[in-house]
Amino acid sequence: MLHYPDIRLKQVSVPVSSFDQALREFLCDLEDTMRASPGCVGLAAPQVNYFQRIVIVDVSGKPGIAHNGRMLLVNPEMVSREGEAVGREGCLSVPDYTGNVARAERICVRAQDGNGEWREYRCEGYEARAVLHEIDHLDGLLFLDRLVSKRELFRRKAYRT
Amino acid sequence: MKRWYMLTVVGRDQPGIVAALTDALFRAGANLGEASMVRLGGSFTIMMMVETEQDESGIRALLGPAGLSLGLKLHVDTIEAHLHSHVEPNVRVTVYGADRPGIVAQVTAALASRGFNILDLESDVAGTPEQPIYVMTIDGHSAESATAIEKLLLPLREKGVEVGAEPLETLVG
Ligand SMILES: [Zn+2]
Repeated sequence: MLHYPDIRLKQVSVPVSSFDQALREFLCDLEDTMRASPGCVGLAAPQVNYFQRIVIVDVSGKPGIAHNGRMLLVNPEMVSREGEAVGREGCLSVPDYTGNVARAERICVRAQDGNGEWREYRCEGYEARAVLHEIDHLDGLLFLDRLVSKRELFRRKAYRT
Repeated sequence: MKRWYMLTVVGRDQPGIVAALTDALFRAGANLGEASMVRLGGSFTIMMMVETEQDESGIRALLGPAGLSLGLKLHVDTIEAHLHSHVEPNVRVTVYGADRPGIVAQVTAALASRGFNILDLESDVAGTPEQPIYVMTIDGHSAESATAIEKLLLPLREKGVEVGAEPLETLVG
């Protein structure tokens, strides 16, 4: 696991081009690493020192939220994003710090699976936040790049209600 | 041996306070930890963890010139410091309404009665001098759910204060 200030976390990962056994083994390893970290709902390949465009997200362990189960996203691309919500985020690569981040409330993302097949996913709320957090890692972005103040959060919320 | 201190500073707000103090600390080889610095009602306030070989009077002496020229009140306490041990809040309480005496005391007494641990409290007086508005957000750690905390605070609504509690969930990824 890479930890900031390791500058490798700030680099842009390259697309996956061969959908071979090595890729499928990496996907298994990535999932094992995520599951071995308590409370972790997603992981991106660059966090484990592998700079290809691969993320895994699984928020199904959180009660009462919409989810797509375990999502293995290879070469993910944003199709659309709507709305905005502020929520609290932390990161396995940034120990002992959490902060408020504004993310889209609903997204549509397309990605390949381990065999190279394309698929589209619709995500909302917490799951959308997780997907966006992980895809940011592929572009060398951490949640530290997107912090908003608590004041901001209150103002937005008060305005809505 | 290096020790941790909590430096408290209050003075009339003006540009250059943070720069002058942190420059003096840096030149003396001190290390800075967690800090909160904010303008409150025209005063600038600092609570800052400082690690240094100096003792309390040494720190006061080293900050003396900057403090004097900027008209700052400085206070130094030796502390037991614990870095890298943040507690994650799980409930946010929001309160706002016409400013009236006792809001903070009533809200926090209710929270304390349930063992709610306040980790971060920000409050402000907004509105106009004739019609001030009080706004407060509290992030804390509670063994009880946000729903239970909100229920606990509901009686305050009858006094014209908007109160709410919501769960804070931290995504880790
Ligand atoms: Zn992360």
